[in-house]
Amino acid sequence: MDTADLMLDGNALGGALGEVFVAEITVARSTCGSCGAVREIGALVVYTQAPGSVARCPDCDAVLLRVVRAEGRIWLELQGVSCLELRAPA
Amino acid sequence: MKIDPAIIPLGALRWLLAEVVELVPETPRVTSLVLDVPGWAGHRPGQHVDVRLTAEDGYQAQRSYSIATPADAERLVLTVEELDDGEVSPFLTEELGAGDRFELRGPIGGHFVWDGSAGGPLHLVGGGSGVVPLMAMLRHRAAAGLDVPATLLYSSRTLEDVIYREELDALARADPAFRVVHTLTRAQPEAWDGYARRIDGEMLAEVFEGGGEANAFVCGPTRFVEVAADGLVAIGYEPGSVRTERFGPSGA
Amino acid sequence: MGFITRGFRGKRETDESGRIPPGQYETHDFPVLSAGPTPHTSPETWSFTIAEGGEELARWSWDELRALPSETITKDIHCVTKWSKLDTEWEGVSVDTLLDGVESDAAYVMAWSDGGYTTNLPLEDVTGGKAWVAFGYDGEPLDPEHGGPARLLVPHLYFWKSAKWVRGLRLMDEDEPGFWESLGYHLYGDPWREQRYWGD
Repeated sequence: MDTADLMLDGNALGGALGEVFVAEITVARSTCGSCGAVREIGALVVYTQAPGSVARCPDCDAVLLRVVRAEGRIWLELQGVSCLELRAPA
Repeated sequence: MKIDPAIIPLGALRWLLAEVVELVPETPRVTSLVLDVPGWAGHRPGQHVDVRLTAEDGYQAQRSYSIATPADAERLVLTVEELDDGEVSPFLTEELGAGDRFELRGPIGGHFVWDGSAGGPLHLVGGGSGVVPLMAMLRHRAAAGLDVPATLLYSSRTLEDVIYREELDALARADPAFRVVHTLTRAQPEAWDGYARRIDGEMLAEVFEGGGEANAFVCGPTRFVEVAADGLVAIGYEPGSVRTERFGPSGA
Repeated sequence: MGFITRGFRGKRETDESGRIPPGQYETHDFPVLSAGPTPHTSPETWSFTIAEGGEELARWSWDELRALPSETITKDIHCVTKWSKLDTEWEGVSVDTLLDGVESDAAYVMAWSDGGYTTNLPLEDVTGGKAWVAFGYDGEPLDPEHGGPARLLVPHLYFWKSAKWVRGLRLMDEDEPGFWESLGYHLYGDPWREQRYWGD
């Protein structure tokens, strides 16, 4: 098994981020701060086999977001995302 | 793809208690768990749940499983493949009994969802237990009486590993707008005249008309998804119309 | 904590050795953890540098690193994701050897790797025979999935400090959080005091 097998997609973050975001997050659209690509979170390249989860841009590999979950605490970092568009009820 | 904003959950996900109603063996390695989940607010085909198990000393293990049933108020079905080296799947498929309870949260995901509102045709490519969320979509399509043309290309190791085999055959017999194409990658029965290899570009081109208005969903082990998704794009699908859900390393 | 699931134990063994830190479980596999794709750097382009304040103080090419005295060591390793692996065998160059002759008052280092990973450590935790740049594991060249061609090896701390694909050390006067330390993980990371997260 190698890291190519470990690669998941943003669907795998739905649960962890679902604790933080009120709106459904896998359909939220992120703009990559490095290359400008706009993608649904569900389409990002995600690594979860690590001390935390890391989502990367499928186009340029830049780290878009990271999340760490410990007992009673969540750390979330979105520095790589220059803009996040969430769907909200009309 | 249109997402119905009314279904977007308002409020962060929380853990619910699922109670096992019954366990249904599907194949030698795969079992469906029929669950009662009080407080379940409904879900859309393609979504999944996170399951969390806690040992007496506080040790926890968590995994995600796709929901096999179309939208339903309280009862949920998860179809779980027992992984040889697994920590959670052998427990769910071998140790749980009717009446047992465990935590789950969901529904999760809006990206990998089809409930008919986006229209069709519906092109589905599943590898192993990757067929589970696709089956939720097909069950929804049948229950809602949608006549959107649908095709499922389903890769399994052997015929006895094909999950939902009889149900898929029955669906295909009853509905001329639905087609299922199997490929068996490890062993085939005598007189098998279907595909007998891992999916590739040639197979995808033969099975699917390609591109156009189709909504494509690919699910299974990561490597399988990479090959299938790349293959669909190579035969003309718009990258945006191919949605993928990766399960990580294959159990095989 | 969660609802106790009747009959669930997980795959853990009981610790009979006394060598497993609190909250850890022994594994006989060697799990691959990664925050990104595996970099593949060829020996021709590989280098290891020690720098301070933007100034390079020392540099080795792959061949030069391999020409340095190296040693084989056997250590227990502990990953913050709760697995521990006992008696792992590594071959590498002691960081003491690399720092020999480097003059600095720095108290901390930031290890940095191909692919962008970083991790911070006190200088005294990578000296005194506590750290290596390891290029061999279990008698074989270190696999890229486990950090090859070379990784930092600092077994007395949680294994996220043993940076895979390491390419250099940046000497610092003040401690600065690296990749995981900036997102909740403990700045120091002693498995025996279970220092996993901020405030532990």
